[in-house]
Amino acid sequence: MKLAFDIALRFLKSSKGQTALIVLGIAIGVSVQIFIGSLITGLQKSLIDKTVGSASQITVSAKTDGDFILAPQAEIKTIKAANPDEIINLVAVTQGPAILKTADQSTTIILRGFDWDDAQGIYKIVDRMVNGELGTNENEVIIGTDLSENLNIRIGDSIEMIIPNGKAQQFLVTGFFDLQVKSLNKSWILTNENTVQAFLETGEGVSQIEMQVNDVFAADEVATAVEKRLNDDTLVVTNWKAENAALLSGLSGQTASSLMIQVFVLISVVLGIASVLAISVVQKSRQIGILKAMGMHNPKASLVFLFQGFLLGILGAFVGVGLGIGLSWSFATFVTNPDGSSLVPFYIDWIFIGISAGIAITASTMAALIPAIRVSQLDPMEVIKNG
Amino acid sequence: MDNFVVEVKGVSKVYGKMIKTVALHELDLGFTTGSFNAIIGESGSGKSTLLNIIGTLDRPTKGEVIINGVSTRNLSKGRLADLRNETLGFVFQFHYLLPEFTALENVLMPYRIVNGKVDRKSQARAKEILNLVGLEKVENNLATNMSGGQQQRTAIARALMNQPKIILADEPTGNLDSQTTDSIYQLFRKINQERGTTFIIITHDRRVAEKADRIVEILDGRISLDIVK
Repeated sequence: MKLAFDIALRFLKSSKGQTALIVLGIAIGVSVQIFIGSLITGLQKSLIDKTVGSASQITVSAKTDGDFILAPQAEIKTIKAANPDEIINLVAVTQGPAILKTADQSTTIILRGFDWDDAQGIYKIVDRMVNGELGTNENEVIIGTDLSENLNIRIGDSIEMIIPNGKAQQFLVTGFFDLQVKSLNKSWILTNENTVQAFLETGEGVSQIEMQVNDVFAADEVATAVEKRLNDDTLVVTNWKAENAALLSGLSGQTASSLMIQVFVLISVVLGIASVLAISVVQKSRQIGILKAMGMHNPKASLVFLFQGFLLGILGAFVGVGLGIGLSWSFATFVTNPDGSSLVPFYIDWIFIGISAGIAITASTMAALIPAIRVSQLDPMEVIKNG
Repeated sequence: MDNFVVEVKGVSKVYGKMIKTVALHELDLGFTTGSFNAIIGESGSGKSTLLNIIGTLDRPTKGEVIINGVSTRNLSKGRLADLRNETLGFVFQFHYLLPEFTALENVLMPYRIVNGKVDRKSQARAKEILNLVGLEKVENNLATNMSGGQQQRTAIARALMNQPKIILADEPTGNLDSQTTDSIYQLFRKINQERGTTFIIITHDRRVAEKADRIVEILDGRISLDIVK
């Protein structure tokens, strides 16, 4: 083993140019793999985060429109128990449509109320506040930036809301939020739980229970588990995957195409290594022949070339990981949106990188198999006869 | 029966399947332990074929070769490799040193093929052999950074490393000038006398052959002359 390794190392060292060329070939292959893989994963992560990162991923609501969930705390407990590891950021939301009236204008809005602390998990309202503060007292509300501009509302203003049954009430605006989705900024008015429940006269009841899951792609499975656990015909459980089928098929298409690219890169790397090592067998046939004449067994002679493949793989993977991370980082740093934020965020998945490097090393070693077999077939007599 | 360290019994070698070329015709030959033998003959006479068969690098079409009392006829490739490593030392017309390694490393190669790692004792022996062939000053030179004579002497040192019973040499001085040739044969003789190593040397140089204890001439695959001094 040691001798085969030493000879492999010496062979690689003796033809430095050739070694550098193969290492570069492997490194470029690995770096493209890591770059494309990281790019696609980063892209998907940011896309999903933008789409459902600050939204309910599983929603439990009453089947009949306008009905309420009467004992939300008990239901929340049941829901949590369905999959305690996955389900996070549970929040009970009470909401209803209303007409917002100012002195000279009126518009339809959705009044949503929840416990501010519970809602922080999904909506991160505290981070989304642009002005003022959360309305924690009775009849205090916060409104979206776009709505405030459209209706020229300022902090400290009083606004009137009317709900479908004709009830009207005055509310104090304490702050503006920006959820980064224009339609929500225009149509949502947020308040605390007590205010909304009193205004909409729901008592203890809430409109829906929203939650997120740790693995967003498991939302459908978790939703099914929640449904089973609740076992209640009057409730419906929806999940983001069911409502974003087009997005999901786009993502899986992307994953498949990135996988294809990676596979072809891998094949070209393997072919490259195999062909260069095959040439190297011809170059080193004298040495191999004489080693065999001196009593080296065939498997050991083959091992010399397998070690060469292995060493080249390790070296190439090492350089490739560096190149790939550098490439991903430069892409994230220099390819930016007009506002200076990166188009695709820099994202490193060490497990993916480890797998890429592992595949490269395995593939390089495997690529050395063909030359290794040729070596074992080499007859020392041929070398000695032909000089 | 004589004390043969190498015995060739009824060995024939035929090349080719469609058109058969007979290189050796049922040769019977024995070499005694510690003897110094020369095989001579014109090119194409079959002498190299005979040496390669004795060295188990080639298999005879018929007959058998017995080395150090062991018949090589039914040995596997692996066993033959071990036999070569332990019992035989080769010196060819071309030195076949590994250019990637230094002289010392090349000499240690046969030892490492069996043992893997080099211990202090084997290192000392390699240096002693290099000393014997007069290369102690260039032991750390790469094989490519030595003169032709030095390379061939390194190849001889390598052949001696595992203390083989037999050294097979095929035109070992074919590429060397006459002065170097002389010094190489003196070296062979010295090793033969000091260590009792059996030498079988192919040469077309009659002057060289005459210094041997025994001269075997091969002509068209047959022994045409066998002189023991």
